[in-house]
Amino acid sequence: MTEFLQQLINGISLGSIYALIALGYTMVYGVLRFINFAHSDVFMLGAFVGYYAVRKWGIPAGGVAGGLLVLCLAMSICALIGILIERLAYRPLRGRPTLSVLITAIGVSLLLQNLGQSIFGANPKAFPRLFPEANLHLGQLSITSNQLLVIAVSLILLVALHFIVHRTKTGTAMRALSFNATASSLVGINNDRIISFTFGLGSALAGAGGILYAMNYPSIDPLMGTMPGLKAFVAAVLGGVGSLPGAALGGLLIGLIETFVAGTGWSTYRDAVAFAILILILLLRPAGLLGKSRSDKV
Amino acid sequence: MLPRSQIVLLISLATAGFISAFSSRIDDYILDVVLGIGINIILAVSLNLINGFTGQFSLGHAGFMAVGAYAAGTLTTGPGKAWIAASGISPAVLFPFVLLAGGLAAAVVGLAVGAPSLRLKGDYLAIVTLGFGEIIKVILQNIESLGGSRGMVGIPSYTTFFWSFGAAAITIYAAWALVNSTLGCGFLAVADDEIAAEAMGLNTTRYKIIAFVTGAFFAGIAGGLYAHLKGYISPAGFDFNRSIEIVIMVILGGMGRHVGVVIAAVLLTVLSEKLRDFGDKRMIVYSALLILLMLARPQGLFTWKSARKAIAG
Repeated sequence: MTEFLQQLINGISLGSIYALIALGYTMVYGVLRFINFAHSDVFMLGAFVGYYAVRKWGIPAGGVAGGLLVLCLAMSICALIGILIERLAYRPLRGRPTLSVLITAIGVSLLLQNLGQSIFGANPKAFPRLFPEANLHLGQLSITSNQLLVIAVSLILLVALHFIVHRTKTGTAMRALSFNATASSLVGINNDRIISFTFGLGSALAGAGGILYAMNYPSIDPLMGTMPGLKAFVAAVLGGVGSLPGAALGGLLIGLIETFVAGTGWSTYRDAVAFAILILILLLRPAGLLGKSRSDKV
Repeated sequence: MLPRSQIVLLISLATAGFISAFSSRIDDYILDVVLGIGINIILAVSLNLINGFTGQFSLGHAGFMAVGAYAAGTLTTGPGKAWIAASGISPAVLFPFVLLAGGLAAAVVGLAVGAPSLRLKGDYLAIVTLGFGEIIKVILQNIESLGGSRGMVGIPSYTTFFWSFGAAAITIYAAWALVNSTLGCGFLAVADDEIAAEAMGLNTTRYKIIAFVTGAFFAGIAGGLYAHLKGYISPAGFDFNRSIEIVIMVILGGMGRHVGVVIAAVLLTVLSEKLRDFGDKRMIVYSALLILLMLARPQGLFTWKSARKAIAG
C-alpha cells in the first residue's frame, strides 16, 4: 500500500509536467491544426534558461523568490522563442499543405536540438537547486518538496490558463479561431495575432514544464526534450487533441501509467508504453477521452 | 524483345557485376562510402514509395531497416550460422536469400505496423510510425540473444558492390514499375486527395498498406546489406535521426520523384562523409536545409517540371 501511494505521488508529479507540455501541443493544434514538433525543444530551452540564469547570469537561487524569478524568466524567454519560431518558420507556410508545415516543424525541432548541442555542449549538465528542498515523511511515504512544488505550480498554471481561455477577450478569440478560422477573421479577429499569442502561451507553459522537470531530474542536455515531448504529445492525443481539460487529464494518466510500469519489472519498456497507449487510443477512440470527433467536410 | 525498362535493369545489373569484379582495386574507405550510397538509394527510393507517391508520412523507416538488419544478421551470424555451414552451400550464394529473408521479416513487421496505423492521416501517422520505430528499437535493446543494447558483432562482410548496387537497381526498377502500374494510379490518387479517392470507390487503406509493406520490404533488404557491410549493428544505430536522414533525402529529391530522390541519396551520403569531422554541425546544416527547402522550394531541389499538386499545394 505504501509502495502504491508512493508511486501515485511520483506519477502525479511527473504527470503534471506532461500535462503542462501537452497543453501547448493541444492549443497549437487547436488554432493551426498541426503538431508543433519543436514544442519539446522549447521545453528543453526552458530548462537551459533556468541553468544559465543561475549559473551564468547570477540570479540568486535556492530561496523561494529567486526560484520564482527563474521560473518566470524561463517562461517569458520561452514565450518569446515560441512566438519567434511561429513568425519565422510557420507563418510563411500558412495555407500550405499540412505536410509542408509538419516537415518544417521537424526541421525546427532538429535545428534547436543541434544548435543546443553546439552552443550548450552535448554533455549533460547538473541543474542547480532553485527552491529550498526538504523531505517530508508521512509514515513510510517520502515526498520531496520539489514534487509538491511541481504539483502546486502546475495547478496554478492550469487555473491561470483556464481563466485566460475562458474569461478574457483574447481567450474567447482563441476559441473562436480554433472553432472556425475563416469566420473568426470575418468578425474582426486578427488571426495572426491570436496565433502568436497561442504560441507564446503554449511555449511559456513548456518553459515552466522544462524548469519543473529539471528540478526533479536535475541532469539536463539538449536532447532531453524528445522523450517527455513525445509522451506529452501522446497525452494530448489521449485526452483528445484540441481539448484543454483533455490534455491535462491525459498528462496525468500518462505520468501515472509510466510510473507504475517503471515500478514493476518492465522498467526497460517504460518508453515504449506511451507509444503502445498512443496506438491503442488512435485505434479504439481516435478522438481521445474528452475530445469530440469531427468528420471531414468535402 | 524485352521492354525498355527491363533492358535498363539488366544493363545496370551487368554493370554492377562488372565493376564489382574490380572492386578489390578500389580504396577500402572509398568502397565503403560507395556501398553506403547504394544502401541509401534503396532506403530513399523505398521511403519515396510511402512518403512521396502515396503521400503518407512515415517517420519510422529506420525501424524496418533494423528489422531487416537483425533478421539477416541472425541468419549469418547468430543461430543460422551453423545451419548455413552444415548445408555446405557457399555463403555468397546464400546471401541473396539472407537479404530476402531480412526483407520479408521487415515486410511482415511493416504489415503489422501498417494495418492498424494507416487508417490514420497526416501528422498522426507520422507520430505513430515514429513511435513504432522507437518500440522496435526498445524491443531489440531488450532481446539479449541478439546482443541487447550492445548490438550484434562479427557479422561477415558479404556486401559487395554487386549486391549493393544490384539491389539498388532492382529497388528502383520495382518502385518504377509499381508506380506505373494500376496500383500506382491508386497510390497517386490516395496522395492527391484521399477523400476523393475513397468516393471513387478505391479502398485507400489497401493501397496505403501495399505501398507501406513494399517500402518496408526494401528497407529490410537495405538493412541486411548494411549489416553485412559494417559487420556490426546496434539498436542505437537505427534511431530517429537515421529515419530523418532518409526523410531528408526524399524531401530534398522531391517527393514522388525517382531521379531526384536517387540524386539526393547520392549527394547526401557524400555530404555526410565530407561533414563527418564537423559532428553536430552536420545536423545543423541538415535541419536548416529542411526548413529553407520547405519555405522556398517545397517540391524538392531536383524537380524541374511543375511539382505535383499534393505537395506544392
